[in-house]
Amino acid sequence: MTEHWSEGLHRLFGQQNIRQVSFVPDAGHAALIRLCEADGRLRAVRLTTEEEGVALAAGAWLGGDKSVLLMQSSGVGNCINMLSMLSVCQVPLAMLVTMRGDWAEFNPWQVPMARAAGKVLEEMGVLVSRAEREEDILALAEGTLRIAYNTLRPAALLIGQRLLGAKTFDN
Amino acid sequence: MTADGYGKTSQRLERREVVKALLAERGELLVIAGLGAPAWDATDAGDHPLTFPLWGAMGGAVAMGLGLALAQPGRPVLVLTGDGELLMGMGSLATVGAQRPRNLSVVVLDNERYGETGMQASHTAFGVDLAACARACGFRCAALVTGMAQVAALRADIHRAEGPLFVQIKVAQDKLPLVLPPRDGAHLKNRFREALLGTDAHFRR
Repeated sequence: MTEHWSEGLHRLFGQQNIRQVSFVPDAGHAALIRLCEADGRLRAVRLTTEEEGVALAAGAWLGGDKSVLLMQSSGVGNCINMLSMLSVCQVPLAMLVTMRGDWAEFNPWQVPMARAAGKVLEEMGVLVSRAEREEDILALAEGTLRIAYNTLRPAALLIGQRLLGAKTFDN
Repeated sequence: MTADGYGKTSQRLERREVVKALLAERGELLVIAGLGAPAWDATDAGDHPLTFPLWGAMGGAVAMGLGLALAQPGRPVLVLTGDGELLMGMGSLATVGAQRPRNLSVVVLDNERYGETGMQASHTAFGVDLAACARACGFRCAALVTGMAQVAALRADIHRAEGPLFVQIKVAQDKLPLVLPPRDGAHLKNRFREALLGTDAHFRR
Protein backbone atom coordinates (compact mmCIF):
# COMPACT_ATOMS: atom_id res chain seq x y z
CA MET A 1 0.00 0.00 0.00
CA THR A 2 1.46 3.34 -0.96
CA GLU A 3 2.11 5.82 1.79
CA HIS A 4 -0.18 8.84 2.05
CA TRP A 5 1.69 12.12 1.73
CA SER A 6 0.71 13.03 5.31
CA GLU A 7 2.86 10.13 6.50
CA GLY A 8 5.72 11.36 4.34
CA LEU A 9 5.38 14.86 5.80
CA HIS A 10 5.35 13.48 9.34
CA ARG A 11 8.50 11.50 8.58
CA LEU A 12 10.07 14.66 7.15
CA PHE A 13 9.36 16.50 10.39
CA GLY A 14 11.27 13.80 12.27
CA GLN A 15 14.19 13.94 9.82
CA GLN A 16 14.36 17.73 10.05
CA ASN A 17 14.17 17.73 13.87
CA ILE A 18 10.93 19.73 14.03
CA ARG A 19 9.95 20.01 17.71
CA GLN A 20 6.76 22.08 17.70
CA VAL A 21 3.88 21.73 15.22
CA SER A 22 1.11 24.30 15.60
CA PHE A 23 -2.25 24.43 13.83
CA VAL A 24 -5.80 25.58 13.69
CA PRO A 25 -7.35 22.29 12.50
CA ASP A 26 -8.09 21.96 8.81
CA ALA A 27 -9.58 18.96 7.00
CA GLY A 28 -6.65 18.88 4.58
CA HIS A 29 -4.24 18.53 7.51
CA ALA A 30 -6.38 16.14 9.57
CA ALA A 31 -4.24 13.05 8.98
CA LEU A 32 -0.97 14.91 9.59
CA ILE A 33 -2.35 16.50 12.76
CA ARG A 34 -3.31 13.04 14.09
CA LEU A 35 0.19 11.75 13.40
CA CYS A 36 1.79 14.75 15.13
CA GLU A 37 -0.49 14.46 18.17
CA ALA A 38 0.50 10.81 18.53
CA ASP A 39 4.24 11.57 18.21
CA GLY A 40 5.90 11.86 21.60
CA ARG A 41 9.00 13.51 20.11
CA LEU A 42 7.23 16.72 19.21
CA ARG A 43 4.70 19.07 20.76
CA ALA A 44 1.43 19.54 18.83
CA VAL A 45 -0.02 22.93 19.78
CA ARG A 46 -3.62 23.79 18.92
CA LEU A 47 -4.09 27.51 18.32
CA THR A 48 -7.17 29.71 18.63
CA THR A 49 -5.96 31.76 15.65
CA GLU A 50 -3.12 31.20 13.20
CA GLU A 51 -1.17 34.33 14.17
CA GLU A 52 -0.42 32.63 17.52
CA GLY A 53 1.56 30.04 15.56
CA VAL A 54 3.82 32.74 14.15
CA ALA A 55 4.58 34.18 17.59
CA LEU A 56 4.93 30.65 18.99
CA ALA A 57 7.55 29.90 16.34
CA ALA A 58 9.56 32.98 17.32
CA GLY A 59 9.54 31.91 20.97
CA ALA A 60 10.38 28.34 20.03
CA TRP A 61 13.34 29.55 17.95
CA LEU A 62 14.68 31.65 20.82
CA GLY A 63 14.58 28.46 22.85
CA GLY A 64 16.31 26.38 20.19
CA ASP A 65 13.28 24.56 18.71
CA LYS A 66 12.34 24.35 15.04
CA SER A 67 8.61 24.53 14.36
CA VAL A 68 6.08 24.14 11.55
CA LEU A 69 2.72 25.94 11.25
CA LEU A 70 -0.14 24.08 9.55
CA MET A 71 -3.08 26.17 8.37
CA GLN A 72 -5.79 26.68 5.80
CA SER A 73 -5.53 29.49 3.26
CA SER A 74 -8.09 31.52 5.22
CA GLY A 75 -5.71 31.48 8.18
CA VAL A 76 -3.00 33.27 6.21
CA GLY A 77 -5.03 36.46 6.52
CA ASN A 78 -4.91 36.15 10.30
CA CYS A 79 -1.10 36.15 10.31
CA ILE A 80 -0.19 39.29 8.45
CA ASN A 81 1.07 41.68 11.11
CA MET A 82 2.67 38.94 13.20
CA LEU A 83 4.76 37.91 10.16
CA SER A 84 6.57 41.25 10.51
CA MET A 85 8.41 39.88 13.52
CA LEU A 86 9.87 36.98 11.52
CA SER A 87 11.49 39.21 8.92
CA VAL A 88 12.63 41.90 11.36
CA CYS A 89 14.18 39.33 13.71
CA GLN A 90 15.30 36.89 10.96
CA VAL A 91 13.43 34.00 12.52
CA PRO A 92 12.82 30.93 10.35
CA LEU A 93 9.46 29.16 10.07
CA ALA A 94 8.02 26.63 7.65
CA MET A 95 4.31 26.97 6.92
CA LEU A 96 2.21 24.32 5.15
CA VAL A 97 -0.99 25.87 3.82
CA THR A 98 -3.90 23.80 2.52
CA MET A 99 -5.84 25.77 -0.03
CA ARG A 100 -9.56 26.40 -0.06
CA GLY A 101 -11.23 28.56 -2.65
CA ASP A 102 -8.94 27.77 -5.60
CA TRP A 103 -10.65 24.71 -7.19
CA ALA A 104 -14.33 23.64 -7.25
CA GLU A 105 -15.02 25.57 -4.03
CA PHE A 106 -18.63 25.59 -2.77
CA ASN A 107 -18.28 28.35 -0.16
CA PRO A 108 -17.92 31.87 -1.62
CA TRP A 109 -16.44 33.16 1.62
CA GLN A 110 -13.27 31.12 1.00
CA VAL A 111 -12.41 32.67 -2.35
CA PRO A 112 -10.98 36.09 -1.41
CA MET A 113 -8.25 34.69 0.85
CA ALA A 114 -7.41 32.03 -1.72
CA ARG A 115 -6.69 34.79 -4.23
CA ALA A 116 -4.72 36.78 -1.69
CA ALA A 117 -2.83 34.12 0.28
CA GLY A 118 0.27 33.74 -1.89
CA LYS A 119 0.59 37.46 -2.61
CA VAL A 120 0.09 38.46 1.01
CA LEU A 121 2.73 36.00 2.20
CA GLU A 122 5.19 37.26 -0.41
CA GLU A 123 4.52 40.87 0.51
CA MET A 124 5.41 39.96 4.10
CA GLY A 125 8.76 38.48 3.07
CA VAL A 126 7.79 34.80 2.99
CA LEU A 127 9.25 32.52 0.29
CA VAL A 128 6.25 30.85 -1.38
CA SER A 129 5.98 27.70 -3.46
CA ARG A 130 2.92 25.79 -4.64
CA ALA A 131 2.16 22.08 -4.97
CA GLU A 132 -0.48 21.31 -7.58
CA ARG A 133 0.32 17.59 -8.05
CA GLU A 134 0.36 14.97 -5.31
CA GLU A 135 3.71 13.58 -6.48
CA ASP A 136 5.34 16.98 -5.84
CA ILE A 137 4.23 17.48 -2.24
CA LEU A 138 7.04 15.75 -0.38
CA ALA A 139 9.87 17.21 -2.45
CA LEU A 140 8.42 20.71 -2.24
CA ALA A 141 7.73 20.38 1.49
CA GLU A 142 11.29 19.24 2.09
CA GLY A 143 12.48 22.22 0.07
CA THR A 144 10.34 24.56 2.14
CA LEU A 145 11.64 23.19 5.43
CA ARG A 146 15.23 23.25 4.29
CA ILE A 147 15.18 26.71 2.80
CA ALA A 148 13.46 28.11 5.90
CA TYR A 149 15.95 26.67 8.38
CA ASN A 150 19.04 26.97 6.18
CA THR A 151 18.50 30.56 5.09
CA LEU A 152 16.73 31.72 8.28
CA ARG A 153 13.57 32.98 6.60
CA PRO A 154 9.89 32.18 6.73
CA ALA A 155 8.83 29.89 3.85
CA ALA A 156 5.42 28.52 2.87
CA LEU A 157 4.13 25.70 0.70
CA LEU A 158 0.61 26.18 -0.65
CA ILE A 159 -1.02 22.79 -1.28
CA GLY A 160 -3.65 23.10 -4.01
CA GLN A 161 -7.29 22.29 -3.36
CA ARG A 162 -7.57 20.06 -6.41
CA LEU A 163 -5.19 17.51 -4.90
CA LEU A 164 -6.88 17.67 -1.50
CA GLY A 165 -10.42 17.32 -2.87
CA ALA A 166 -13.06 20.00 -2.45
CA LYS A 167 -15.40 19.88 0.57
CA THR A 168 -18.81 18.95 -0.78
CA PHE A 169 -21.27 20.25 1.86
CA ASP A 170 -23.57 17.29 1.05
CA ASN A 171 -25.46 15.63 3.89
CA MET B 1 -19.77 55.61 31.90
CA THR B 2 -17.15 57.94 30.45
CA ALA B 3 -14.29 57.47 28.02
CA ASP B 4 -12.12 56.74 31.05
CA GLY B 5 -14.04 53.67 32.13
CA TYR B 6 -16.29 52.77 35.01
CA GLY B 7 -14.34 54.02 37.97
CA LYS B 8 -11.15 54.16 39.93
CA THR B 9 -9.17 51.19 41.10
CA SER B 10 -8.25 51.78 44.71
CA GLN B 11 -4.71 50.51 44.85
CA ARG B 12 -2.17 51.02 42.09
CA LEU B 13 1.48 50.04 42.37
CA GLU B 14 4.50 51.81 40.86
CA ARG B 15 5.37 49.78 37.77
CA ARG B 16 9.14 50.27 37.72
CA GLU B 17 9.39 49.20 41.38
CA VAL B 18 7.28 46.11 40.63
CA VAL B 19 9.39 45.06 37.65
CA LYS B 20 12.69 45.61 39.47
CA ALA B 21 11.42 43.36 42.26
CA LEU B 22 10.24 40.67 39.82
CA LEU B 23 13.54 40.64 37.91
CA ALA B 24 15.76 40.75 41.03
CA GLU B 25 18.18 37.79 41.30
CA ARG B 26 16.85 36.54 37.97
CA GLY B 27 19.02 33.42 37.88
CA GLU B 28 17.69 31.10 35.17
CA LEU B 29 14.73 33.31 34.23
CA LEU B 30 13.91 33.91 30.55
CA VAL B 31 11.83 37.02 29.90
CA ILE B 32 9.61 38.23 27.06
CA ALA B 33 8.56 41.88 27.51
CA GLY B 34 5.49 43.08 25.60
CA LEU B 35 5.72 46.21 23.48
CA GLY B 36 5.53 49.65 25.01
CA ALA B 37 5.79 50.39 28.72
CA PRO B 38 6.60 46.82 29.86
CA ALA B 39 9.61 46.83 27.51
CA TRP B 40 10.80 50.15 28.95
CA ASP B 41 10.22 48.84 32.53
CA ALA B 42 12.26 45.70 31.81
CA THR B 43 15.05 47.79 30.31
CA ASP B 44 15.03 50.16 33.28
CA ALA B 45 15.45 47.13 35.54
CA GLY B 46 18.55 46.24 33.50
CA ASP B 47 18.81 45.28 29.83
CA HIS B 48 19.83 41.62 29.60
CA PRO B 49 20.45 39.21 26.70
CA LEU B 50 17.81 36.82 28.11
CA THR B 51 15.16 39.55 28.15
CA PHE B 52 13.54 39.90 24.73
CA PRO B 53 11.86 43.33 24.48
CA LEU B 54 9.18 43.43 21.77
CA TRP B 55 8.75 46.48 19.55
CA GLY B 56 5.82 45.02 17.65
CA ALA B 57 3.96 41.71 17.38
CA MET B 58 1.16 43.16 19.49
CA GLY B 59 -0.96 40.33 20.83
CA GLY B 60 1.86 37.82 20.42
CA ALA B 61 3.76 38.02 23.71
CA VAL B 62 1.96 35.15 25.47
CA ALA B 63 2.17 32.84 22.44
CA MET B 64 5.85 33.69 22.10
CA GLY B 65 6.38 32.90 25.77
CA LEU B 66 4.58 29.58 25.27
CA GLY B 67 6.89 28.59 22.39
CA LEU B 68 9.90 29.46 24.52
CA ALA B 69 8.55 27.61 27.57
CA LEU B 70 7.87 24.48 25.51
CA ALA B 71 11.38 24.62 24.03
CA GLN B 72 13.02 25.11 27.45
CA PRO B 73 10.96 23.16 29.99
CA GLY B 74 13.76 23.32 32.54
CA ARG B 75 13.85 27.13 32.70
CA PRO B 76 11.26 29.49 34.21
CA VAL B 77 9.77 31.77 31.51
CA LEU B 78 8.12 35.11 32.31
CA VAL B 79 5.92 37.04 29.91
CA LEU B 80 5.76 40.60 31.25
CA THR B 81 3.18 42.59 29.35
CA GLY B 82 0.49 45.25 29.40
CA ASP B 83 -3.28 45.10 29.39
CA GLY B 84 -3.66 46.33 25.82
CA GLU B 85 -1.13 43.88 24.43
CA LEU B 86 -2.69 40.99 26.32
CA LEU B 87 -6.21 41.91 25.24
CA MET B 88 -5.13 41.70 21.60
CA GLY B 89 -4.05 38.10 22.17
CA MET B 90 -6.77 36.82 24.52
CA GLY B 91 -7.08 33.57 22.60
CA SER B 92 -3.52 32.72 23.53
CA LEU B 93 -4.69 32.25 27.14
CA ALA B 94 -6.73 29.27 25.89
CA THR B 95 -3.77 28.05 23.83
CA VAL B 96 -1.66 28.08 27.02
CA GLY B 97 -4.48 26.43 28.95
CA ALA B 98 -4.59 23.57 26.48
CA GLN B 99 -0.84 22.96 26.97
CA ARG B 100 -0.40 23.87 30.66
CA PRO B 101 3.40 24.28 30.71
CA ARG B 102 4.44 24.46 34.37
CA ASN B 103 7.35 26.82 33.69
CA LEU B 104 5.32 29.66 32.14
CA SER B 105 4.22 32.76 34.07
CA VAL B 106 2.33 35.73 32.64
CA VAL B 107 2.36 39.02 34.54
CA VAL B 108 0.16 41.82 33.25
CA LEU B 109 1.04 45.35 34.32
CA ASP B 110 -2.46 46.73 34.07
CA ASN B 111 -2.68 50.53 33.92
CA GLU B 112 -6.04 50.29 32.12
CA ARG B 113 -4.58 52.35 29.28
CA TYR B 114 -3.11 52.07 25.80
CA GLY B 115 0.08 53.87 26.79
CA GLU B 116 1.81 54.41 23.45
CA THR B 117 -1.11 55.88 21.54
CA GLY B 118 -2.38 58.63 23.84
CA MET B 119 -3.41 56.85 27.07
CA GLN B 120 -6.85 55.83 25.82
CA ALA B 121 -8.79 53.64 28.27
CA SER B 122 -8.47 49.91 27.65
CA HIS B 123 -11.11 47.26 28.29
CA THR B 124 -9.84 46.69 31.82
CA ALA B 125 -10.93 50.25 32.67
CA PHE B 126 -14.45 49.06 31.84
CA GLY B 127 -14.25 46.14 34.24
CA VAL B 128 -12.81 43.31 32.13
CA ASP B 129 -11.17 40.94 34.62
CA LEU B 130 -8.11 39.40 32.99
CA ALA B 131 -7.23 37.16 35.94
CA ALA B 132 -10.71 35.63 35.79
CA CYS B 133 -10.26 35.02 32.05
CA ALA B 134 -6.95 33.27 32.68
CA ARG B 135 -8.43 31.12 35.42
CA ALA B 136 -11.26 30.12 33.11
CA CYS B 137 -8.72 29.23 30.41
CA GLY B 138 -6.94 26.74 32.63
CA PHE B 139 -4.05 28.59 34.28
CA ARG B 140 -3.19 26.69 37.47
CA CYS B 141 -3.07 29.91 39.44
CA ALA B 142 -4.56 33.26 38.46
CA ALA B 143 -4.60 36.23 40.79
CA LEU B 144 -4.79 39.97 41.18
CA VAL B 145 -1.89 41.56 43.09
CA THR B 146 -2.56 44.84 44.87
CA GLY B 147 0.39 45.26 47.25
CA MET B 148 4.18 45.32 46.99
CA ALA B 149 4.35 42.75 49.78
CA GLN B 150 2.80 40.21 47.40
CA VAL B 151 5.37 40.95 44.68
CA ALA B 152 8.25 39.19 46.48
CA ALA B 153 6.11 36.06 46.82
CA LEU B 154 5.18 36.37 43.15
CA ARG B 155 8.86 36.43 42.18
CA ALA B 156 9.37 33.20 44.13
CA ASP B 157 6.33 31.60 42.46
CA ILE B 158 7.68 32.46 39.01
CA HIS B 159 10.95 30.67 39.80
CA ARG B 160 9.17 27.71 41.42
CA ALA B 161 7.63 26.92 38.00
CA GLU B 162 4.43 25.27 39.22
CA GLY B 163 2.21 27.09 36.78
CA PRO B 164 1.11 28.14 34.32
CA LEU B 165 0.70 31.21 36.45
CA PHE B 166 -1.18 34.42 35.61
CA VAL B 167 -0.98 37.56 37.70
CA GLN B 168 -2.64 40.89 37.03
CA ILE B 169 -1.09 43.89 38.79
CA LYS B 170 -2.90 47.23 38.76
CA VAL B 171 -0.23 49.88 38.22
CA ALA B 172 -0.30 53.66 38.22
CA GLN B 173 -1.08 55.52 35.02
CA ASP B 174 1.88 57.92 35.14
CA LYS B 175 3.91 58.25 31.94
CA LEU B 176 7.47 57.53 33.03
CA PRO B 177 10.72 58.48 31.21
CA LEU B 178 11.46 56.22 28.27
CA VAL B 179 14.26 53.72 28.81
CA LEU B 180 14.70 52.15 25.40
CA PRO B 181 16.12 48.68 24.74
CA PRO B 182 17.90 47.83 21.47
CA ARG B 183 15.44 47.73 18.57
CA ASP B 184 17.44 45.59 16.11
CA GLY B 185 15.36 42.41 16.10
CA ALA B 186 18.06 40.21 14.60
CA HIS B 187 20.50 41.34 17.30
CA LEU B 188 17.93 40.71 20.05
CA LYS B 189 17.26 37.23 18.66
CA ASN B 190 20.94 36.37 18.28
CA ARG B 191 22.03 37.62 21.68
CA PHE B 192 19.17 35.65 23.31
CA ARG B 193 20.03 32.41 21.52
CA GLU B 194 23.73 32.83 22.16
CA ALA B 195 23.21 33.49 25.88
CA LEU B 196 20.82 30.53 26.18
CA LEU B 197 22.24 27.97 23.72
CA GLY B 198 25.87 29.04 23.45
CA THR B 199 27.78 30.11 20.33
CA ASP B 200 27.14 26.57 19.07
CA ALA B 201 23.63 27.79 18.19
CA HIS B 202 25.01 29.68 15.17
CA PHE B 203 26.47 26.47 13.71
CA ARG B 204 23.43 24.22 14.16
CA ARG B 205 21.79 22.82 11.04
